Amino acid sequence: MSIDISQFQDVFFEESFEGLDTMESGLLSLDVGVADVDAIDTIFRAAHSIKGGAGTFGFMDVSTFTHVIETMLDDMRNGEREVSVESTNLLLDTVDVLREMLTAVQQKVETDDDRIADIRQQLEVMMASDVELQAVALANDKQESERKAEKSNAGWLIDFRPHRHLFQTGNDPVRMFGELASLGDLSIALDDDELPPFSDLEPEDSYLKWILTLRGDIAESDVIEIFAWVDDDCELVIIPLCSTEPVKPSVMVEKIAAILDSEDTMSETEQAEIADAMASTLAPEEIASTIVAQATKVKSIPVTAAAASIRVGTDKVDSLVDMVGELVIIQSMLSQIGEKFTLEMLPRLNDGLAQLERNTREMQEGIMRIRMLPISFAFNRFPRFVHDMTDKMGKKVALKLTGEQTELDKTVLEKIGAPLVHLVRNALDHGLETPAVRVAAGKDETGTLQLKAFHQGGSIVIEVHDDGAGLNEDKILKKAIEKGLMNEGDVLSPEKIDELIFLPSFTTVDTVTDVSGRGVGMDVVRKNISSLGGTVEVFSKRGEGSVFTIRLPLTLSIMDGQTIRVADENYIIPLIAIIETVEIKAIDIKRVSGQGKLYKLGDEYVPIIRLYSVFNLTPKITELEEGLLVIVEGEGQKAGLFIDDLLGQQHVVIKSLETNYRKVIGVSGATILGDGSVALILDVAGLMALYRDPSLAKMKLNNDRAA
Amino acid sequence: MARILAVDDSASMRQMVAFTLKAAGHTVTNAVDGKQALEIARTQAFDLVLTDVNMPIMDGFTLITELRALPAFKFTPILVLTTEAGMDKKQAGRAAGATGWLIKPFNPDQLLATIRKVLG
Repeated sequence: MSIDISQFQDVFFEESFEGLDTMESGLLSLDVGVADVDAIDTIFRAAHSIKGGAGTFGFMDVSTFTHVIETMLDDMRNGEREVSVESTNLLLDTVDVLREMLTAVQQKVETDDDRIADIRQQLEVMMASDVELQAVALANDKQESERKAEKSNAGWLIDFRPHRHLFQTGNDPVRMFGELASLGDLSIALDDDELPPFSDLEPEDSYLKWILTLRGDIAESDVIEIFAWVDDDCELVIIPLCSTEPVKPSVMVEKIAAILDSEDTMSETEQAEIADAMASTLAPEEIASTIVAQATKVKSIPVTAAAASIRVGTDKVDSLVDMVGELVIIQSMLSQIGEKFTLEMLPRLNDGLAQLERNTREMQEGIMRIRMLPISFAFNRFPRFVHDMTDKMGKKVALKLTGEQTELDKTVLEKIGAPLVHLVRNALDHGLETPAVRVAAGKDETGTLQLKAFHQGGSIVIEVHDDGAGLNEDKILKKAIEKGLMNEGDVLSPEKIDELIFLPSFTTVDTVTDVSGRGVGMDVVRKNISSLGGTVEVFSKRGEGSVFTIRLPLTLSIMDGQTIRVADENYIIPLIAIIETVEIKAIDIKRVSGQGKLYKLGDEYVPIIRLYSVFNLTPKITELEEGLLVIVEGEGQKAGLFIDDLLGQQHVVIKSLETNYRKVIGVSGATILGDGSVALILDVAGLMALYRDPSLAKMKLNNDRAA
Repeated sequence: MARILAVDDSASMRQMVAFTLKAAGHTVTNAVDGKQALEIARTQAFDLVLTDVNMPIMDGFTLITELRALPAFKFTPILVLTTEAGMDKKQAGRAAGATGWLIKPFNPDQLLATIRKVLG
């Protein structure tokens, strides 16, 4: 039977890329001069799996390349090779090469052979002596096997004396005899001298011996192979028929001694220890990885559109199956009630509906959990990133990661990577100082960069914290005036000044380094994060460092919404954007020429946006005093949305307008309400932009026509 | 046909082995490491166990030692699927009570041939 194994390649690639990540993080954790056996073991195991899989799936280049790495790791593990900066860096390079090779075979494109050859050569130089030894050993093996092959003849006399425990290795002599018989003409002579009287017989032991005569032109290697699994569990003598060469008994004695050495059984205490260790380890459900391989992590290589897959822990799936089971029960219960409904059954109907509601909510949460992945997927790249960057810049930085297990929606996770890289790069380049500067400032010469993720309320908070120089407010202010972003003489608090860095095209760095400072920066970071429905803030203290705080919603596809009514239409405002809702008093309204009306909120004025005019509806209420004003905040600015009425608050499932229709400024998506009607979800920041420049809506339309 | 417990931490190996064995009519139960395999083995009977050596949490040799301590697995054939062809590893496998081994990489036909050899 022939089986096509290429269908399992996708999984192989997925786990191999995961293995490479494991190798990389393991290598980065190695300390120079210390052979941390556990860490090296983990790296070794990852390399080993890749080698095995690559061999099985026919990627021999990958397999042989990994073999060299494995040998080197083995030497490190045994303490035969020192863990040095050079060897670690070389191994990191090999990880990159392997990643390239795997990506190349996955996408069926050419590899960069020069680079591979270069790294391979470096590896081989480092291992030169070992390679030579191996070559010699291989040659010896070959000679020996050739010598053996020559010795085939008319047949073999086999003296087979299994040890008592043979059956306990799961081997069966009858099975082996069957195989021998398939090679040639077999005759069997039984020697049962050692069979004890029945009363003393241990049924689990083997007492029998055999002398087998196998006739035919059979290679010795074929015979040896049949006994290969048991040759240490028996005394075995294979003599060519019509051969007079006596078998040296000393060889046998050595073999038996070796077996006795290895047969030591475990003491009771050792067994108890193992049992304890097993009891304290995790349940298999917890171990089951909930991970998805991120092809996106492969650097600088175009990623073809591989179907996105997600690996989910079985516990998550099991609980969903349970919930579906409950749902079916509730459904049948409700349909029973529906068949013969009388008024007395109303309480039961209500119970059923309440259960249905709870069940639906649980299922919704359960299904959302499937999409949740630990943030370590975004964090994992940073140890390597920081290592490489600080090397290049001559800085010393210790990276601390906390809350890596905090779970985040997969979509959010995929998009948060780039902004995070930007913030980390900025911290390394602008924030953290060189060792000399740090020492001069009385700080430890090694700076600390901390990435922290945690839950807070309904959102995820990610902090990028460095203990570097902090933002230079004087410089920022000077630059802002230079760029015409503000006027000389304007007085701003330090916090407001720090906020300026999020303005478009803002950079205080005069020379562009290859690390950062191209002036496309913080505004893009803020834009990317707000496109995820999140916010980013900075808090900085001169000489002590800065903290960038990113707040993200737990998920993108479901949110809490406030339903509102304007004219005959219902709209949804994201609850997170709403600060408060007020009844408007004439005294709080201020008229400004050209800008419409402003509302006095505390000590500031916010513009009043009339939604009916934004959406071209025929208004029912135009007098401000008759409606309500929803004060909302987006991208750091506030506005008041003038509406007719507030309706309920509810979870809404967001449907993309862009994929189903096209992008509309001021609207982030749509949802289906309980009564089946469709309501648009308002994009607060977009509405404000539209209010400032009404021509945006038209422009968009024109662009679409042109396209 | 036979009931087989296949233990490997690599998902692609697990899929390949399970697919091959199922296609040959066997019943396959998968485990991702020694510990999980042992837990399964405590509640179910098998005609054959296939196990990888290098696995997290509990390696293949420890698994074999533990399995051999269970009455139901005292004589059950246990094959080691491994790339380690070195004699030191073989000794460790034998000491643990392995029946035999199959060297990776192997193709589905080799796997089936080896299993036929064990199951007769």
